[in-house]
Amino acid sequence: MTEKTIFELSRPNRKGIRFPAPDVPLAELPKDFLRENLPLPEVPENEVVRHFTNISQLNYSVDNGFYPLGSCTMKYNPKINEETARLPGFAHIHPLQPVETVQGALGLMYETQQWLGEISGFDAVSLQPAAGAHGELTGVLIIRAYHESRGDTKRTKMLVPDSAHGTNPASSAMSGLEIVQLASDKQGNIDLKALEAECDDTLAGIMITNPNTLGLFDENIVEACQLVHDHGGLVYGDGANMNALLGVYRPAETGIDVMHFNLHKTFSTPHGGGGPGSGPVGVTKELAEFLPSPVVAMTSEGDEQNPAFYDLLVPEKSIGRVKSFHGHFGIVVRAFTYMICLGKNGLLGVSTHAVLNANYIQARVKDVYHIPYERLCMHEFVTEAKWEDAPGIRALDISKRLIDFGFHPPTNYFPLIVHEALMIEPTETETMETLDAFADALLQIADEAKNNPDILHNAPTNAPFGRFDEVKAAKDLILRTQLPENYGS
Amino acid sequence: MKIPAELKYTKNDEWVRVEGDIAVMGITDYAQDQLSDIVFVEIVALEGDSLDQGETCAVIESVKAAADVFLPVGGEIIAINESLMDSPELVNEDPFGNAWLVKIKMSDLSQLEDLMDADTYQKLERDH
Amino acid sequence: MYTPHTQADRDAMLKVIGVNELEDLFQCLPEKGKFPNLELPDGISEMEALDELQFISSVNETPQELVSFLGAGAYNHYIPAAVDSILRRSEFYTAYTPYQPEIAQGTLQAIFEYQSLISALTGMDVSNASHYDGATAVAEAVNMAYHNFRGKRRKIVLSNAVNPQYRETIQTYMKGMNLEFVGEDLDPEAGPDDLIELIDENTALVLVQYPDFFGRIFDLTKLSEAAHAQKALFSVHINPIALGLLKPPSEFDADIVTGEGQPLGIPMSFGGPYLGLFATKKQYVRKMAGRVAGETVDTHGNRGYVLTLSTREQHIRREQATSNICTNQGLIALASTVYLTLLGKSGLKELAELNYHKAHYAADRISTVPGFIVNPVQPFFNEFVVHCPAPAEEVNEHLLSRDILGGYDLGLVYPSQKYELLVAVTEMNPRSEIDYMVEVLEEEYHD
Repeated sequence: MTEKTIFELSRPNRKGIRFPAPDVPLAELPKDFLRENLPLPEVPENEVVRHFTNISQLNYSVDNGFYPLGSCTMKYNPKINEETARLPGFAHIHPLQPVETVQGALGLMYETQQWLGEISGFDAVSLQPAAGAHGELTGVLIIRAYHESRGDTKRTKMLVPDSAHGTNPASSAMSGLEIVQLASDKQGNIDLKALEAECDDTLAGIMITNPNTLGLFDENIVEACQLVHDHGGLVYGDGANMNALLGVYRPAETGIDVMHFNLHKTFSTPHGGGGPGSGPVGVTKELAEFLPSPVVAMTSEGDEQNPAFYDLLVPEKSIGRVKSFHGHFGIVVRAFTYMICLGKNGLLGVSTHAVLNANYIQARVKDVYHIPYERLCMHEFVTEAKWEDAPGIRALDISKRLIDFGFHPPTNYFPLIVHEALMIEPTETETMETLDAFADALLQIADEAKNNPDILHNAPTNAPFGRFDEVKAAKDLILRTQLPENYGS
Repeated sequence: MKIPAELKYTKNDEWVRVEGDIAVMGITDYAQDQLSDIVFVEIVALEGDSLDQGETCAVIESVKAAADVFLPVGGEIIAINESLMDSPELVNEDPFGNAWLVKIKMSDLSQLEDLMDADTYQKLERDH
Repeated sequence: MYTPHTQADRDAMLKVIGVNELEDLFQCLPEKGKFPNLELPDGISEMEALDELQFISSVNETPQELVSFLGAGAYNHYIPAAVDSILRRSEFYTAYTPYQPEIAQGTLQAIFEYQSLISALTGMDVSNASHYDGATAVAEAVNMAYHNFRGKRRKIVLSNAVNPQYRETIQTYMKGMNLEFVGEDLDPEAGPDDLIELIDENTALVLVQYPDFFGRIFDLTKLSEAAHAQKALFSVHINPIALGLLKPPSEFDADIVTGEGQPLGIPMSFGGPYLGLFATKKQYVRKMAGRVAGETVDTHGNRGYVLTLSTREQHIRREQATSNICTNQGLIALASTVYLTLLGKSGLKELAELNYHKAHYAADRISTVPGFIVNPVQPFFNEFVVHCPAPAEEVNEHLLSRDILGGYDLGLVYPSQKYELLVAVTEMNPRSEIDYMVEVLEEEYHD
């Protein structure tokens, strides 16, 4: 099945494109700076297209089938979003154009800020962060700036529950804060006693994911936020699991002060094989002046004769820029399209059905797959892939075997507090038949694990490739095509 | 799991062999087994460094994990095992022998009292 | 609209779960605030949504309707049709991070080829799978240098001819690390050699842009030597199109190369999503943040690719990871991969030369207008500074009244440069557009 690389497809003097001949006199080239050797491939257009088409077919994707990858919200990506993002009036505008020439774009960004604010209960939103982790960094920097602006410089401790994504502690560390890990209680909630013990005058805040990474709505969240506030700290909300809460509950109501959204999870923008995402940040009004610059403001409401006017503003105590320009505008257009298509009731329908689908699979498999924190789940749940009568079977084996059934595996080995975790998030866009087929496969695999474990160890057998040697990859470190010595000269 | 009786141990799964005022250290058989296939060893301590007990002296990586290795006793680093850079698999194959990490000229012999003997190390409670 | 459930489905599913109503699934949520009455409009059909977005987009004026010489970090280049044709393959765009390599070889091979192309273009040993954009790639370079010296060196020599937005991003990223930045208060006319005296034994990184923010091309050899003499790292931020023509930074012995990948087949899209290029020397590969794909074999001995070196990353190292990044710009990196493959060795050179010639033609012509001066000494690529006889803001306003986006007003970020206009010319500007701008300038600014 091995595909050649584009370098291997290259033959000297082939061309994939031609540009217009210069219509100006030729200038003298800067001879001291000229490049001698440009070792790029030489491939004609049809070979380029075939190559990338062929390798695309080695991928599994949402458009191929069910993709219950926990914490990633792999819902269907509506095609209309792709059309609107490519409208020339969006795709081809320059980010530094005078604002009067881009009122449509700024208006759309403003409206998106308003929608996200209404959905989440936050007073102000910045669309600048490029991804979830980038939004976290932004949020933590805002918390830091808030304390500093009050001269409260000893607040350097950030609490992170042990069930959190790795990005949470990494984002806090990157902001120069010290991380203290917080244990979960027996119901998978924040342990209030452990929290209280850490509440002192060095507390900068806490990073909370709710629903948490076990797929559970934290029953202690209101008390936890109150406790942190009482001790002068702020609460960061990881919005990765917002797909459970649209129209159901506004995170700001629980006491969260700053939260990021994942437009590529909750708001249906495609994951793109790992990006680009978009991680807008919402804050309470006390924190609005710290948002990264710029934010879009409506500077004139307009009237019957004149449309409203929008401008890019720098908040008064802004933490500064977190990237160039104004965020992932192309992704924002997709998310905005999705939101206006769904409207108020559609958004509520997203979350209620996401939660329905997750609970349905959980109910269908829970007698066979141990659920360590068994409650009604939210939009996802975590199970343990281990049985006493199936020694030697690991979560990874279940996952690889699911590939043989035509499904993408769930998330493995996360959250870390569950051994051999399988984290399953079906999303709202799947039919009952799909969920049944998946549950049936899980049950059959559990049976195989006990009676015919080799099937699992050898899986997958009907994928384009078998399991890969990851040790070899890490040891040999071949990170680019190896080119012959004089390639390109 | 091998636990040579003549060595001393830390709760972080480092071992120490004492030769006069020189300490030779590495990671235990248990530690290498937990890490599984080791793909990279970086000894961050440099020869001639004077380091305190508990400072990071090396990082050992497998495909799925990275472990910091801490100095069991403080002192001057007098040798580091360069061969591990090219052959990290030695840590899996011979953790108590060829895969020693650094040699330390101890500055305070009383720090040896913080270490465990083989019996105590064997009885250490493990998460799994 | 995108939920397929019928009432019969819902009833059957709720029964299996053991509750009566959908609302019962939310019984553990606090009653106060549950199911809020959101002030949002009702949903609309796809047809209506398209109509609305077409209207909103038509309010914007694009460089297709205007004549544009705006650059300063985002450039209007031609995007070959085949690029978007590949991006629209939903096997690519509806997949996620390739966590299961057996069914993600499309994404993984594309990342590996991207890394190969960026390494080849920059002359460096290794590239990661990309950062968010040029600004964040530069910030990660500073972050990497800081961690390379384990926080013991705290000085960063930062040229003020690095894009001001990037410098601001660095400041934001590194706020918690107490670094000292020097070099930004030099005269904007200063060149790289003026930074040499700022380098000392406490310097972690020397960072410059090539061509710089003002479009100028400098020999970086001496600066690089000076950085290395103090054992500091040397980082160069590039424009990838320029490297079709110019020596790669490896020839200046750069330790880190970053770049804004937007010119490589990515639409300007009002500022994003773009692509952060990041490449380094082999010896620093474990210090580099971001995802990396590596070659290996499967159980049948077939060549394939996996994500590797993941022990550097946040999902394993958590707070000890040097960066929190956990994605790359997947689809955007793919666009640049297809783009670079299509253009290839001869196409990229041809394009770079075309940009060069057009920019030089424009510079020559603009210099003929009374009061407009282009520095005739320093070589430049496709962007250059024009000194105007009036504030650049006024010149731009006048040009816009004639449907021209004149360039970037440097006074916006460099207070001493209010009369300087940064003009970018690409293959998208036919000679007639350049002549038209000159004509408009002549009408207004004659002797």
